[in-house]
Amino acid sequence: MGINYLYPDFEVVRNQDRCISCRVCERQCANEVHSFDEATGRMKADESKCVNCHRCVSLCPTRALKIVKTDHTFKENANWKGEVIQDIYRQAESGGVLLASMGTPKDYPVYWDKMLVNASQVTNPSIDPLREPMETRTYLGQKESVIKRDANGKIITKTAPQLKLEIPIMFSAMSYGSISYNAHKSLALAAQELGIYYNTGEGGLHEDFYQYGKNTIVQVASGRFGVHPGYLNAGAAIEIKMGQGAKPGIGGHLPGSKIGEDISKTRMIPLHSDAISPAPHHDIYSIEDLRQLVFALKEATAYTKPIIVKVAAVHNISAIASGIARSGADIIAIDGFRGGTGAAPARTRDNVGIPIELALASVDERLRQEGIRGNVSLVVGGSIRSSSDVLKAIALGADAVYVATSALIALGCHLCRTCHSGKCNWGIATQNPELVKRLNPEVGSERLVNLITAWNHELKEMMGGMGINSIEALRGNRLMLRGIGLHETELNILGIKHAGA
Amino acid sequence: MNGYHQRTPLEGEVRIPSGCAISGIISRSGKRFSGREAISSIAVMHDRSNGLGGGFAGYGIYPEYADFYALHVFYYSSEAKRSCEDFLEEHFDLINLSKIPTTKHHAITDEPLIWRYFVTPLPTKLASSQLDENEYTARCVIKINREIDGAYVFSSGKNMGVFKAVGYPEDVGEFYRLDDYEGYSWTVHGRYPTNTPGWWGGAHPFSLLDYSVVHNGEISSYDANRRFIEMFGYSCTLMTDTEVITYMIDYLHRKQGLSFEEVANVIAAPFWSTIERKSQEEKEVCTYLRNTFASMLITGPFSIILGFSGGLMALNDRLKLRSLVAAEKDDRVYLASEEAAIRVICPEPDRLWYPSGGKPVIVTLEGQQGGQDGHQLPVSGL
Amino acid sequence: MKKIYVNEQWCLACHLCEYYCAYANSGLSDMVQALKDKPLHPRIQVEQRGTVSFAVNCRHCSEPLCLKSCIAGAITEKDGLIVIDQDKCVGCYSCIMACPYGALMPSESGVMQKCELCATNSHGLPVCVQGCPNQAIVYEER
Repeated sequence: MGINYLYPDFEVVRNQDRCISCRVCERQCANEVHSFDEATGRMKADESKCVNCHRCVSLCPTRALKIVKTDHTFKENANWKGEVIQDIYRQAESGGVLLASMGTPKDYPVYWDKMLVNASQVTNPSIDPLREPMETRTYLGQKESVIKRDANGKIITKTAPQLKLEIPIMFSAMSYGSISYNAHKSLALAAQELGIYYNTGEGGLHEDFYQYGKNTIVQVASGRFGVHPGYLNAGAAIEIKMGQGAKPGIGGHLPGSKIGEDISKTRMIPLHSDAISPAPHHDIYSIEDLRQLVFALKEATAYTKPIIVKVAAVHNISAIASGIARSGADIIAIDGFRGGTGAAPARTRDNVGIPIELALASVDERLRQEGIRGNVSLVVGGSIRSSSDVLKAIALGADAVYVATSALIALGCHLCRTCHSGKCNWGIATQNPELVKRLNPEVGSERLVNLITAWNHELKEMMGGMGINSIEALRGNRLMLRGIGLHETELNILGIKHAGA
Repeated sequence: MNGYHQRTPLEGEVRIPSGCAISGIISRSGKRFSGREAISSIAVMHDRSNGLGGGFAGYGIYPEYADFYALHVFYYSSEAKRSCEDFLEEHFDLINLSKIPTTKHHAITDEPLIWRYFVTPLPTKLASSQLDENEYTARCVIKINREIDGAYVFSSGKNMGVFKAVGYPEDVGEFYRLDDYEGYSWTVHGRYPTNTPGWWGGAHPFSLLDYSVVHNGEISSYDANRRFIEMFGYSCTLMTDTEVITYMIDYLHRKQGLSFEEVANVIAAPFWSTIERKSQEEKEVCTYLRNTFASMLITGPFSIILGFSGGLMALNDRLKLRSLVAAEKDDRVYLASEEAAIRVICPEPDRLWYPSGGKPVIVTLEGQQGGQDGHQLPVSGL
Repeated sequence: MKKIYVNEQWCLACHLCEYYCAYANSGLSDMVQALKDKPLHPRIQVEQRGTVSFAVNCRHCSEPLCLKSCIAGAITEKDGLIVIDQDKCVGCYSCIMACPYGALMPSESGVMQKCELCATNSHGLPVCVQGCPNQAIVYEER
C-alpha cells in the first residue's frame, strides 16, 4: 500500500435506521463504492472511490444516503490550500498533466450575477405575456446591408442563408464520443421539438441522427472526424471549431478505449485508435486561411448553409471577431472560459481565457464601431445557467446563446467533474452500454424541452416587465442593465451604468 | 450641457423619457394656412404637457427660399455663433441670414439666440465630398451639434421649419409668432419630460433635413435602436426617443429608399403570427424587412406624427399603447393624441377613426407621391 | 385498457420496482417500517441474465389461465383487471402452475398474490411505474 497521501474528498453517510438494504446504490454505482456485507446484512461504502455524482443518493428510495465533504483538513494556509497540496501529491506520483472535466470551479467573478435588469414603472407600461404576444423568434445569419429591388420596384427578398430559432437558445457542441448516443439523441429530439438546434461537436454525425438534420449544426474541427460531403449537407449549418472556452489553444484527445464500433464508424477512424484533434487547424494558420475554409465549406454546400466560426474568448477577442466578421462567416460563436469540457488539462481550464460577459460586450461594441455588426450574428456560450443569464447576454448584444452544461444537468449530470473517467453513472459522458442505457432519450428530451420552455417563459416574463414584446428590441439594449458592485473599468467594458445611476 | 445650463443634467447627459401630446394638420390640396390652428389644437391638451417643452413644424412655409436648406439654430453664446457661422461659411453658400422673429412672452424665458440661415452646399465642397446634397447637409448638421459647444441646429429641411422652446406649446406658438407663417401642413408637440428642467434643443419636434417627428410615449427598445443606428454615422446626442426615431426614419426612407409603408413595417413590424397569415408575397417581404432591420423594431408605447415634404405619416406602436386619433374633412386631415384636439378646430369632421396599432396613416399632397408608396387616404386603421 | 408494460431496452436491473411494489402493498405508510429487515414479497420481479433484464408482472391476459385454473373461485376478472381474493385462496398453487409468465407467487401469509395494477391499494397509479428511474416500466393503452 505504501504511503497514501490522498484522503478521500467525500464521506458517504448512510442512515442505517432508514437503509432497507435494497442494494440499488450498489447496483447503480459504476465506481463500486457500495457493497452488501453478507455477514451483517448491512450496506457499507468505500468512500475513496466516490466521485460525488449523487446517483445513489437520487435513487435511494428511503433517503438513507447523503454525501458530505470530508472535514479532514490540512493545517490552515491561505496560500497553500488543501487542493493545491493534493495536486502536488498527485503529480509527484503520476508525473502527468492534471486532467479535469466540465467548467472551471474556481471562484472567478460571474458578471451575470453582477448585472441587474430594468422594469417599467409609470412612464411606460409593462406587458403581460399571458395576454399579449411576446416574441422570441430569432434569425441568425448575415443581414443585407442594401435593399435591392427588381425592375418593378419590388424588394428582392433573397437573403444569405439563415437559421430560424423559435427561442434564442441552442445546444452547443458536444461530440458523439465525449457524450453518449442517448445523450445525443436526447438533444436532437429536444431541438426538433423546440424549433432550435443542437450541435454534433467534432465527432461526426451518427447515421441514425441524419433524420434530425433540419435541427442539427454539424461541426468541422481540427481533427476533421467524420467530415464528408453527406455530413456537411446533412445539417442546417456548419460550425468551424477554432477553439473551446474550457481549453483555448488546446486540441482534444478521445482515448482509444472509447472508440467502439459505432464511434469508429461515425468518426471514420480505426477501431480503438486514439482520436486526436490537433491544437490548431493545420490548414488555418491565419485569418486569410480561415476565409478559405469558410468558402470551401460554402462551395461544398452550394451556399445554402450559414457558416459558424466558433472561438474561445481570449484576450484580444474583439480583434479576432472583427477578422472573422470579414471572413465571410455568417455567425460567430464565442465560448467563455467557464465553458465545460469532457476533458481538459486542469491548468488550462482554470487559467486560460476570459469571461464570456466581457468578451461579448467588447466584441459587440467593436463590431458596431466598425459598422459590421450586421455582417454576422453573435452566439455566446460558456456557462449560461438560467433564463436571466440568457436575457442579460442578449441585452449585452448577443443574438442567441449556446447552452451545454445546463442541458447536461437537465439530463441528470450532477457536475461531479469526472467525465474523463468514462464511468458516468448518469449515462451521459460514457460509452459503456450498461451505463449509456441509463439515459432514456424519451425522458432526456422531455426534460430538455421542459427546461428550455421554462426559460422561455421566464424570458418572456422579464421582457414583458421591461415593456419589450420582441426579442430584437432587447438585443444590445444595454440601458436595460445596471452593474452592481462593479468598478469603473468593468462597467466601461460592459458598456453599462452602475445601479442607481 | 456644456456650462450654458447648470441645474440638473440635460438632454445628451442623461436619457430622458417623456409623455406628451401631439397633433398634426395637413391640407391635401396644398392650401396653406397659418400656425394658429395647430396652436388651438394643442392648447386643448394643455394637461398632457408640463411646460417643459413645446414646438411646431410647418411645411411649405418658405416658398421664396424653397430650394435652400433653412437652418434654425440656437446659440448660447456669441463665441458659439461665431464658430458655427465660420463652419457654415466654410461649407455652404449663405443666401440669407436673420434672427428668427419672436415676441416677448411672460411664460417663455431664458431664450437663447435664435437664428435662421438659408443655405446651399458649396459646389466645390459638395463635389469633393462625393455625397449628395442631403447627406452632405445632414453630416454638417450632425457635426455642428456634436462638436460646437453652445450651438444647436434644430431645423435643417427645405421649405419647412421647426420652432420650439421650453414652455407650454401654445405659448411657444405665440412666442414664435406662428400666426405670421403659412404652411400646407403643421405638426405640434407638448412635452411632459419626467426628469429634467427641459432644454430648448430638447423640445420637440426633432428634425433632420425635412423629416420632423413629434412623439408621445416612451420606447423600451431605445438603446437597441440607438446602438444600431449609430453604426451608420448618426450620433444620438440628445438621448431622446424622438431623436433616434427620426434617425431611423431618415436611414430607412432616405438612405435605404424604403417607402413610408415599408418603414412602418420595420419600426412597427407586424407580429410573426400576423405575418404568417399574410399572402406568400407579403409574408416574404415582411419577413425580409423584419429580419434585415431587426434592430430597428421599436417596442414600448409610441404614437408619432412624421412630417416630410409633401405629407404626414402617423403611426402607433404595435399594441397601440398610446392614443392616436385621425379625422378628415374636405381636403384636410387631422391627427392628434385626443379627439378633442381635433374637434376644437374641426367640430364636424366627415370621418373620424382610431388607427390600429402598427398601421400607418400616410397622407400626401394631391398629385404628389410620398416616397415610393404613393398612398392616399384612406389607408388603414379603419 | 391501460396495462403495465416493460421496455427491456431501458431496464437497468436496479430492482427498485420490487421494493416500491412490496411497500405499496404492505398497507403501511412508511417504507422503512414496511421493508426494513423483512423478507421481500413483491408482485413484480426483475428477471436478469447477463446484461439483459426486465421486470415481470401480471399481463392481465384476455384469456387468463390462472382464472380458469383456480379451484376456489378466488381469481376473478372485472373490466380486464384480474384480481385475487386472498380470503378465498386455498393456496393450491394451481394458478402458479398455469401462468406462463410466472406472474403469481405466494404472499407472506402463504396464499397467492399478484399484481392488481395498484387498483386495489391506495396508490392510484401503479407504483412500479412511478418509481422506475428510467421509464422502463410504463402504464399505457396499447
